Amino acid sequence: MTVATRVIPCLDVAAGRVVKGVNFLNLRDAGDPVELARKYYEQGADEITFLDVTATVDGRATMYDVVRATAEQVFIPLTVGGGVRSADDVARLQAHGADKVGVNSAAIARPALLGEIADRFGAQALVLSLDVKRSGGRFVMTTHGGRTETDLDALDWAREAIERGAGELLVNSIDADGTKQGFDLELISAMRELSQVPVIASGGAGAVDHFAPAITAGADAVLAASVFHNGELTVGDVKQALRAEGILVR
Amino acid sequence: MASPTVVVLDYGSGNVHSAAKALELAGARVELTADRDRVDAADGLLVPGVGAFSAVMDALATVRGGALIERRLTGSRPVLGICVGMQVLFEHGVERGNDTPGLGEWPGSVTELEAPVLPHMGWNTVETPKDTRLFAGLEDERFYFVHSFAAQTWELDVQPPFPAPLLTWAEHGSRFLAAVENGPLTATQFHPEKSGEPGIRLLKNWLATL
Repeated sequence: MTVATRVIPCLDVAAGRVVKGVNFLNLRDAGDPVELARKYYEQGADEITFLDVTATVDGRATMYDVVRATAEQVFIPLTVGGGVRSADDVARLQAHGADKVGVNSAAIARPALLGEIADRFGAQALVLSLDVKRSGGRFVMTTHGGRTETDLDALDWAREAIERGAGELLVNSIDADGTKQGFDLELISAMRELSQVPVIASGGAGAVDHFAPAITAGADAVLAASVFHNGELTVGDVKQALRAEGILVR
Repeated sequence: MASPTVVVLDYGSGNVHSAAKALELAGARVELTADRDRVDAADGLLVPGVGAFSAVMDALATVRGGALIERRLTGSRPVLGICVGMQVLFEHGVERGNDTPGLGEWPGSVTELEAPVLPHMGWNTVETPKDTRLFAGLEDERFYFVHSFAAQTWELDVQPPFPAPLLTWAEHGSRFLAAVENGPLTATQFHPEKSGEPGIRLLKNWLATL
């Protein structure tokens, strides 16, 4: 296989601004999403992911503007997650310049949503976003940005979601998120084993040498937010570190 | 020469916004429409396409897209198909056991790739042919693919004096066609409008042929 490992900066957006937090709490302003997306594009990002972390109608309208403005100057794939509840939401996001959508809590509440989106837009446009927590010796799903723990087994849910049409898994460890101690490698391996679709590792990246182990554990792509926004690492730094470990990057 | 005009065929395909913006950056004047006269008049026609083969064929039918493309090709007027917009140029699309007739500009079928990880998603290398105009200066670049299906054989046999089609191959599990340059009809399985600078340069190369 010659397809390159992807490095994906993620921008959590609330009310038109990029925010950052630890374990999804204590959000702080981190800049203008369009400017940041453009900066990462110039650094060699392979995709950009926006997560809409507001739940208000006003916030949603602002998000569409952000996506449109970004798509006009950033010519790599854009994924938008957060607040997608219907196939019509996907149509609206695509019309504003999104290539893929991330679906999370809404699909847990109503799994048929996945099939509705995949049938209309194709599995390649549908990313299942999983906020996973370790609980009682297994991996369970959380909802609402990690705040609500469910009884749903994360591996079972991923299998079902792929069956229903998810074309990619964005696997975010709630335990690792914001800790900067590295990705949850066991979680990534478990998701790789059950899945033929691409796996994106998310949550816990804090240093340049955290990325290669995620790929070795089975991820096709790595996603990070705050290490990029803080200016600790550039996309180029991450790619150089991956290349040094013999991993193919663009 | 003044900026070439390009119509992006408007038939409800997702994210045509990026394609239009990328073409503008490459130097085209772009219009999003399915109006027959506008499609006929443009220097180039871009046929986008994402999603399922059969869904794209159904949506194309609502604007008589097949006839619009056919009319242009009959007059040797350039057409560029992208992703599923390339796939539907073949005779058949076979997805999950469903065999859907395509536009049939080229013989052959579009079938599922055999690879450990599908969809094929990300930046891949391509093997370009000698004399390619589309990839001139871009032979060593990577382009962005997102698909599970592709044409894995080329069946059109062109005899001299007609020039042989120029085929660009890529590999993900199986070998498949990444691009075809066949007279006025050009197509890419990858998304040039999502392939950063190399993608913009490829669109420029296409505009230069109009």
